Amino acid sequence: MATNKEELSLLGVIGSPFVCRVQIALKLKGIEYKFLQENMANKSELLLKYNPVHKKIPVFVHNEKPIAESLIIIEYIDETWNQNPILPSHPYQKALARFWSKFIDDKVVGAAWKAFMTVDEKEREKNTEEVLEALQFLENEIKDKFFGGEEIGLVDIAAVFIAFWVPIFQEIGGLRLFPSDKFPKLYEWSQELINHPVVKEVLPPRDPVFAFFKARYESLVASK
Amino acid sequence: MEDEIVLLDFWPSLFGARVRIALAEKGIKYDSKEEDLRSKSPLLLQMNPIYKQIPVLIHNGKPICDSLIVVQYIEDVWNDRNPLLPSAPYHRAQARFWADYVEKKIFELWSKVWTSKREEQEVAEKEFIEALKLLEDQLGDKTYFGGDNLGFVDIALVPYYGWFKAYETFGNLNIESECPKFNAWVKRCLQKESVSKSLPNQHKIYEFSVELRKKLGIESVGI
Repeated sequence: MATNKEELSLLGVIGSPFVCRVQIALKLKGIEYKFLQENMANKSELLLKYNPVHKKIPVFVHNEKPIAESLIIIEYIDETWNQNPILPSHPYQKALARFWSKFIDDKVVGAAWKAFMTVDEKEREKNTEEVLEALQFLENEIKDKFFGGEEIGLVDIAAVFIAFWVPIFQEIGGLRLFPSDKFPKLYEWSQELINHPVVKEVLPPRDPVFAFFKARYESLVASK
Repeated sequence: MEDEIVLLDFWPSLFGARVRIALAEKGIKYDSKEEDLRSKSPLLLQMNPIYKQIPVLIHNGKPICDSLIVVQYIEDVWNDRNPLLPSAPYHRAQARFWADYVEKKIFELWSKVWTSKREEQEVAEKEFIEALKLLEDQLGDKTYFGGDNLGFVDIALVPYYGWFKAYETFGNLNIESECPKFNAWVKRCLQKESVSKSLPNQHKIYEFSVELRKKLGIESVGI
């Protein structure tokens, strides 16, 4: 259980969807921690020490012990602090939550990024198709207010990428990645999620994130 | 009421092997249904509509997909015997991290080695060996990655061995000499019945590899 003597820090970057996931989990549990902003173009000694294998953020550090990979960090947080559970307790529901979270990482995140950060029409089309296919599965899956039921759970947290970041990519790139007419239930879910009291507080301000990705996109276009 | 457990499987699959090992470790009785991946059964398509892949564990009619998710499910349900994950959250997180490393990094590097053209083979093999060495460091002096007993990371990794060994004739890899610690760990794993009975016959994997490489049109450096 967390006490005032616990040393908790999160190495991350504001604007990263993976870091955001961990911040949502921590906020849901009411856990206080130090946020250590990283510069990915110039990684700190601390990051290289705490995640020598991947050298990526987020890294959660609990009393000098590091944990990396956003979904693994969230399971750790859930197992360490019992209030406001994030994963279901029933093994089958737990397996489904893990499955859908992994699905989002495997099928949505990569393809959405590739659809956005390309000037090749064929690449764009192919990856857009992949995203649309994946979102259709999620559209069919959502039955309650959230994937977690009445309250947000692991899948909702993993899917914050879809609710907040995908629309930004869509707008900048002029893409049709998450059309609300095609995915009405998922769109409604996304609005519930970004307005959820905890998520709302944790999400980064939209304008700087938008500006950051717009700059990256424009430099890609300029270089071709 | 007795549990009904069915595993949709494919004998050469290393992913299927992971589930077989976990079920064996827990002493769980199940029915195995062999799938023909060139002609997938309606049951497979119904139980795993998203990936249409094996392994799928069907527990009292309810499907669980993705080998490492299935292994964790088995651990969660049959939590009264032979734990596959440590009990402390930090060590569980580490086990998940390294299983994820096998799932992503070993898979990626191994795929490169397996499909690399002659010119790229050396670089691919070197990167792959480096990754195995990192895992050797992780193993340290332990008997298994799970400590005294077989654990999540052991189960994730050991089924790859048959494929590594089969590849040795196609390329310039010699796992035994380049990663002796890894090799010794494999031998220890193979001494466990749950592992030896779950992994396909080495020669069969070799023959399957030859066929597959021919089908995919991959040339080999070897003899």
